[in-house]
Amino acid sequence: MQKAALDVSKIRQDFPILRRKINGNKTLVYLDNAATTQKPMSVINAICNYYMNYNSNIHRAVHQLAEEATLEYEKTREKVARFINARSTDEIIFTRNATEAINLISYSWARTNIRKDDKVVLTEIEHHSNIVPWQILSLEKGSILEYVGIDDNGYLNMEDYKRHLQSNKVKLISVSHMSNVLGTIVPVNEIIKMAHDQSVPVLVDGAQSVPHMPVDVQDMDCDFMAFSAHKMLGPTGVGVLYVKREILNEMPPFIGGGDMIKEVHKNETKYNDLPYKFEGGTPNIADVIGFGAAIDYLNKIGMDKVREHEMDVTNYAIEAIAGVKGVSIYGPSNADHRGGVVSFNIGDIHPHDLATIMNDHGIAIRSGHHCAQVLMERLDVAATSRTSFYIYNTKEEVDTFINALDQARRLFRI
Amino acid sequence: MSDDIYREIILDHYRNPRNKGKLSNADVSIHDSNPLCGDEIDIHLKIEEEKVKDIKFEGRGCAISQASASMLTEMIMDKPLTTVKDLTKEDVLENIGLMNLGPARIKCALLSLKVLKLGMVRYYADKDPSSAERLTDDSKLY
Repeated sequence: MQKAALDVSKIRQDFPILRRKINGNKTLVYLDNAATTQKPMSVINAICNYYMNYNSNIHRAVHQLAEEATLEYEKTREKVARFINARSTDEIIFTRNATEAINLISYSWARTNIRKDDKVVLTEIEHHSNIVPWQILSLEKGSILEYVGIDDNGYLNMEDYKRHLQSNKVKLISVSHMSNVLGTIVPVNEIIKMAHDQSVPVLVDGAQSVPHMPVDVQDMDCDFMAFSAHKMLGPTGVGVLYVKREILNEMPPFIGGGDMIKEVHKNETKYNDLPYKFEGGTPNIADVIGFGAAIDYLNKIGMDKVREHEMDVTNYAIEAIAGVKGVSIYGPSNADHRGGVVSFNIGDIHPHDLATIMNDHGIAIRSGHHCAQVLMERLDVAATSRTSFYIYNTKEEVDTFINALDQARRLFRI
Repeated sequence: MSDDIYREIILDHYRNPRNKGKLSNADVSIHDSNPLCGDEIDIHLKIEEEKVKDIKFEGRGCAISQASASMLTEMIMDKPLTTVKDLTKEDVLENIGLMNLGPARIKCALLSLKVLKLGMVRYYADKDPSSAERLTDDSKLY
């Protein structure tokens, strides 16, 4: 049976920003989705509706507004749990972003479990958010950071990984599920299986994967996972930390304050139940509720279809970009092994100059080191240009981009 | 628009930078980078009789930052330090012919001036602390 493709023109109608003009008369072509995605009306409306009709603090007051707000806030937790197939809503903690989620693990779990000379193993593709917290930990605890290498096509070197795992000092593997620069999809199931054989827990940075493909934390069997709402149609200011309940039960709190307690006395406090123990202070209620609407939107489409559409557009883009004179593309050439992210350079045009030229055409691309300077050093480049796609991007937009790329090439006489 | 930015002279200075390299026996060497872009500039100054006797820069980054640095070295070679101290961002933008840059790209164009100003701060830190203090404020270009 022929599978129905995504109805992109219908989807685009749900995103008012896509009608925006840039530089007077150029229709926005938004190709910076790995940085953040645009928001559909349903998400914007959910946030407005909260502020207009039931704005109140959650988990405490007895009045009707508070009951409604608490209900909606907790509904999002249920949606998130189902979206990644967690066993329980107890395992879902709301943070400000994926970065804070990783920091929560480094400050709470790692400070309890990692000692001097213990090793935390990362990879060369990590985002700064999955490097700096572990460097801070190293400074404090004297723990050691190690990096699994990649090959020249952007694939993780699994032999190198095995070699790292053989050390009995390894206490944590923390690995990105998908590179935000190369698009490489990392074989996390295999990585986790091998780590668990050595009783080493694994943190998966799902910031680039959860928004773009079906992710099942039980099937993957990761111990920790972090991701961000704003990269999956949701608002900024909301991140998710998933932790297996048995690990969460043993973790000390991260931020102390209201909402994370059961009883507070002058010299001691009884902490709240999971997951509230890890959500000190008034959370980002409106945006968590908005995130719920984003998940509804993605579920309506289906994550299989999201992935399928992105592969289709990405394959088309890779072929078209490769056809432009003077271009080098980074990362796996096979779209089965990469997400909807294409990084490249063209001649000696610096990515920031290219992004400026693209902006003339109304095209938003990202340029720079993409918060992955360790990877930039490995690739031996200062910066790359990056296009990244989502459900509302079309092949016609890729054509517009290629046309602009060709004009940039001519302007720089390449 | 880009056609106005990436003029022949900018591309020429980008691809054939003037006064690029190290300077042995520099009196002042200063480095700074733009965290947004990762553009990097080092400026080395040889100062004699309160004049710029020689200047070299090293750097990597976009055409705007590198061309701007190259053109700045030509602009201040042999000039008295009083002129260098009084340079404004308008002077630099006018010199490179980029008066209409947006807030992000203007940092690329002014990075070399910022480094030069920091160089002046360092040079005067020992000699004339009150002058150095005033220059510190001047170095906050953006």
